[in-house]
Amino acid sequence: MVKKIGGRIYLGIIFLFLYLPILVLLILSFNNSKSRVAWGGFTAKWYVSMFQNDTIMDAFAMTLKITLTASILATIIGTLAAIGIQAMRRRGKAILIGATNIPLLNADIVTGISMMLLFVRFTKLGFSTVLIAHLTFDIPYVILNVLPKLNQASRSAYEAALDLGATPFYAFYKIVWPDIRPGVFSGFLMAITMSLDDFSITYFTKGPGVNTLSTMLYTELRKGIKPEMYALSALLFGIALALLLIMNYRSSKKNDINN
Amino acid sequence: MPKELIHLSHITKSYETAVILDDLDLHIRENEFMTLLGPSGCGKTTTLRLLGGFETPDAGQIFFDGTDITSLPPNERKLNTVFQKYALFTHMSIAENIAFGLKISKKSKTYIDDKIKYALKLVNLEGYEKRSVDSLSGGQQQRIAIARAIVNEPKVLLLDEPLGALDLKLRQDMQYELIRLKEELGITFVYVTHDQEEALTMSDTIVVMNQGYIQQIGTPEDIYNEPANAFVADFIGESNIIDGRMLQDRLVEFLGVQITCVDTGFGQNQPVDVVIRPEDVELSDPANGFMEGDVISTIFKGVHYEIEVHANGYDWLVHTTKMFPVGAHVGIHVIPFNIHIMNKPESNDEKAVESDV
Amino acid sequence: MYKWKRQFLSGPYVVWIAGFIILPILTIFYYGITDSSGSFTLANIFAIAEPIHMKALLLSLKLALLCTAFCLILSYPLAMILNNLHLKQQSFVVFIFVLPMWMNFMLRILAWQLLLSNNGILNTILEGLGMPKLQLLNTPSAVVFGMVYDFLPFMILPIYNAMGRIQRDVVDAARDLGASELQVFLKIILPLTISGVISGIIMVFVPALTSFVISNLLGGGKVLLIGNVIEQEFMQNMDWNMGSGLSIVLMIFVVASMAFMNAHGSEEGGGAVW
Repeated sequence: MVKKIGGRIYLGIIFLFLYLPILVLLILSFNNSKSRVAWGGFTAKWYVSMFQNDTIMDAFAMTLKITLTASILATIIGTLAAIGIQAMRRRGKAILIGATNIPLLNADIVTGISMMLLFVRFTKLGFSTVLIAHLTFDIPYVILNVLPKLNQASRSAYEAALDLGATPFYAFYKIVWPDIRPGVFSGFLMAITMSLDDFSITYFTKGPGVNTLSTMLYTELRKGIKPEMYALSALLFGIALALLLIMNYRSSKKNDINN
Repeated sequence: MPKELIHLSHITKSYETAVILDDLDLHIRENEFMTLLGPSGCGKTTTLRLLGGFETPDAGQIFFDGTDITSLPPNERKLNTVFQKYALFTHMSIAENIAFGLKISKKSKTYIDDKIKYALKLVNLEGYEKRSVDSLSGGQQQRIAIARAIVNEPKVLLLDEPLGALDLKLRQDMQYELIRLKEELGITFVYVTHDQEEALTMSDTIVVMNQGYIQQIGTPEDIYNEPANAFVADFIGESNIIDGRMLQDRLVEFLGVQITCVDTGFGQNQPVDVVIRPEDVELSDPANGFMEGDVISTIFKGVHYEIEVHANGYDWLVHTTKMFPVGAHVGIHVIPFNIHIMNKPESNDEKAVESDV
Repeated sequence: MYKWKRQFLSGPYVVWIAGFIILPILTIFYYGITDSSGSFTLANIFAIAEPIHMKALLLSLKLALLCTAFCLILSYPLAMILNNLHLKQQSFVVFIFVLPMWMNFMLRILAWQLLLSNNGILNTILEGLGMPKLQLLNTPSAVVFGMVYDFLPFMILPIYNAMGRIQRDVVDAARDLGASELQVFLKIILPLTISGVISGIIMVFVPALTSFVISNLLGGGKVLLIGNVIEQEFMQNMDWNMGSGLSIVLMIFVVASMAFMNAHGSEEGGGAVW
């Protein structure tokens, strides 16, 4: 019993540690004072004025554009790649999985710099170079989420479908896809999370004039953080929380039905 | 009769709202091969886990050799368990798996090495010391799980559906292996299964359980030939279970005919279940039976034919070595000794049983 | 026949690997072993021996080791506690630890800047308790703190996953064979989770060793890590050859630490841990 209570307290401390900064940011987003340390009363005005701030809105739009484009493309390329990798012989498989691990394990700063060095030889840094960089570190997350599901998927069911006259595409859609869909989906979510949270790689591969929320914050650090940024981040966090909770609820309901 | 080794006394156990065991009382004797038999959810595995010490009862006591072990943790009990899915330690070699318990009890290295050799020989896997768990087949893994348990020289070996994951042929081989092992080791086996054939083949005593209650305890012959109620009759082998009425001692009426039987003491005009084994039904000329019917299906099963006969509104299941074609008009006869009369369920316990059948 | 076709599906990715994973690494190697005129030199790599670079590298190693150690110490018991909750939805745990990432990383670190500052909440609490104020911000400790905060999920999740894969039967079997709770932990749980611990260590140590943003924000320019040195070479000094040379050194450390952990891991996983 003591052990149980101790465990709960420990859990509580860790969650406080993880979520305390988020709480601080939420409070700041409602603070009617530009000061970061004094409470100036409650206001929601930053949630309005953020839409009028062009710098923030541009960075926000760029962040969304890069995150969504990169994660959607990464999901497509990554899923196809995973299907191909699974069909390969041992050697090819090992080489490709090894290469897939490079962007995950290599230092972000080295990944960012090495891509920048390559890109400046051929083109100007800008939206497309950031997109390529994001795709490069997003695809591995998709592959690593899809591959285990593919390995679990029943090979004989797929072959049975072919045997019953299905085309490979139809058999894939009807038999394999339902099995790997959760993996594709969680890979997509991981890609979004990683793209949204990335700073280092974007920082090195972006050109002048291209700014995501992270890189904008970094360059404006010395000028001080605009309170609208707190509001925008809090809003994004709220939306993400709501979406993830709904999905979690729905998947747990589905599980209950299956059980 | 060998002396009593374990006594489960008035055990009750529930999870959240579901009652798994209700006032269970069970005696296990030394050197006995006891099988807990029943459908899933009947409480047999919970009983085994209580014996192993992985669960504690809500009420009741467990005695081992006269001592109360109800709250003793598993590592201090003189029983060892063979788990359903083997539960081998995949990060250790076969030898290390078998040596696990011996090293914990600080046996000498030569003792341990001898024991490993002995145990591997006992389960017919000599020379497997260095192999990894993953390189073994299911049947081999199960043998190692048994070896790992028996090297500790437990007084009782608990086996939780150990053959459930094996294919039919292997399962039959392992049944004989287990009987041989039990004879060589001279210890008590408590065996959990839902497979009636396994239970009948190996056991000295079978405990038939359903919904947390013991339905019948007896030798395989008792259980098969004299099932205590319709549930046991149906669960152990196949049976024709027919609604009937006991008119008086030695006279029962069912399906519109009155038949002589050997049972007495049911009173007069009492509703009963009439249970007749398929192999006890004799088919003959229509004139020679106590009722007439038509064959509606015939399946060749190797040793016998499985025949269904529709007679007086009931589909009889019959096992016979003689062939009767579909559509044949036949007479049905059963000798009085093979007509088993059972009380209709009255108590709540038994009602629960019936709903499950 | 269809099997051959299926392999082609990874075609785009193979091209991607060649173009955007392999080629960039070759490029950084090229810059690292040439000077600004394009002729071969090892000076950029040996530049790590310069005192200021060496100092930054050693400090990075020290802070990364500390960060990894703290993450491990915090995560292992946490993973055990989480595992003992026997949650039906293991994905919920992942959810809890990944969710903070949806709040901008930079802002979360800035929030810690506020919390740790001289007039921040932590010091206010200390003051209220009658204790002296602590200089928390702009110290190596603050940097380690921020790293632990940022990388903790990467330690917890692999350990938690490894623990979830241990079947209850296996623990029961060990208990049944006479092992006490401590012996179960030492002989079963620990060896079976060591692979999770190792991937956790790699996933925390490498980013901690190479981080430059956290040291910038929480170190206040006073904590110079090897990542900061490389960033400055590229963004301020515009010395790409020097920056690449130092990056190669950093990569050598990354690869070496992974090789070390993997070698260690396979040895432990082999089962000779009695």
